[in-house]
Amino acid sequence: MNQLIADSEFVDAITVRRTAPDALLPLVASNLRFAINGRALVDVGELDIQPGAPSVIMGPNGAGKSLLLRLLHGLIAPTAGTVTWDGKPANEYVGSAQAMVFQRPVLLRRSVAANVDYALKVHGVPRNERSACVDAWLEKADLAALARQPARTLSGGEQQRLALARALAVQPQILFLDEPTASLDPVSTQAIETLIRDASSRGTKMIMVTHDLGQAKRLAGEIIFMHRGEIAEKTPAATFFDTPASEQAKAFLSGGLLI
Amino acid sequence: MQDFAASFVYAAELLLSGDPELWAIVLLSLKVSLSAVAIAALIGMPLGAALAVARFPGRGAAIILVNSLMGLPPVVVGLLVYLLLSNAGPLGVLQMLYTPGAMIFAQVVLVTPIIAALTRQVIEDLDAEYAEQLRSFGVSRLNSVPTLLWDGRYSLLTALLAGFGRAVAEVGAVIIVGGNINHVTRVMTTTIALETSKGNLSLALALGFILIGIAIAVNAALGMVKVTATRSAYA
Repeated sequence: MNQLIADSEFVDAITVRRTAPDALLPLVASNLRFAINGRALVDVGELDIQPGAPSVIMGPNGAGKSLLLRLLHGLIAPTAGTVTWDGKPANEYVGSAQAMVFQRPVLLRRSVAANVDYALKVHGVPRNERSACVDAWLEKADLAALARQPARTLSGGEQQRLALARALAVQPQILFLDEPTASLDPVSTQAIETLIRDASSRGTKMIMVTHDLGQAKRLAGEIIFMHRGEIAEKTPAATFFDTPASEQAKAFLSGGLLI
Repeated sequence: MQDFAASFVYAAELLLSGDPELWAIVLLSLKVSLSAVAIAALIGMPLGAALAVARFPGRGAAIILVNSLMGLPPVVVGLLVYLLLSNAGPLGVLQMLYTPGAMIFAQVVLVTPIIAALTRQVIEDLDAEYAEQLRSFGVSRLNSVPTLLWDGRYSLLTALLAGFGRAVAEVGAVIIVGGNINHVTRVMTTTIALETSKGNLSLALALGFILIGIAIAVNAALGMVKVTATRSAYA
């Protein structure tokens, strides 16, 4: 990552929220269920996510990880159950104080800079404040030299860095990440992880899905392990990797076929 | 074949000589059709985009209706607009009949469904790609329409082109509501019809070639814009 930009300058440039944020955490999901044709794809009795290091959701394919992420972010409505934010139901503020980065980045048919500018614009950041913020984030994501290039001509790693910078530009309190480094090479993965670690250290709560055990070890504060739509285990990362409690987690970590 | 060859020469002579009568006809044709396309775009693009993103009872029927209206018979449209604008019609007070305004009105009715239907298709495809991301940004379905229209702008040129092609080549509606009055409402297509009926095939063919030339030029220009946009990954 580019270290040329001084930290204090960066913080000044990216500060787009003037008022003290309302707390969103703990995020609590109660009896959260999502079913299609009566078949439950997600069925979570109780889940609470506290501030702190990234919460990483793991599990085999079809376990419901991405669905859970979308339910928590509010992209899809649950069949039953509730999600509350510091005890309050979702509202406009809650929506504007969180962001999501998808496995396949969805970039607007605009330039690299215009993609970041758009996110700031829809979050109500005045035009005269946006330019410095866009520049600071592109510098941070090592994309400053590509600012005027059409976003969709970037490489896969650059596109994901842009999607992450765009999401972080609106200073979310919570950032949902759905396998942000899937199919990226180690260099690109490292760049993404640096951005995640940096934002996490600044107080953004990361809730992230990954299949990459190494990445989970590097980033996670806690692991939420899912199997067949349910949470099989939720535990600090060190405990999960050293002494997993559930049979499913043991099989998953040992590389066994989890059916 | 001699007629064709002679007509090419005649068309070239007419164009190069700057024949004021010919250019007046060509310019009026362009003025009427471009105005109609501009107005139809202002109506049809938001309408098509709204149909693409909105979910309401009867949406399927509305889409079928708009798609069906793409094939509106021009003479029927001409007749309906004539009835609307005639002295006894509800819009008779506007005194628009036999003016370029009436021709624009008729062409707007013909072109709007084409632009709306093609816009819906383009925006629906783009929405399928953007919907989750825009929702994640907190952009409502309705508020996503300007973003989708802007980001689909190069694909939407095709809708405008199709609308322009329909408008500039149309004769049935404009001859009914315009009346083909010399120096007032005479456009290329109505002149071609008139000159053909008079047996003046050379002038009719010459105007036909000019009409085809305009269509090719507009197509080529928009095609180049689309190729450039695709190469830049904006399309």
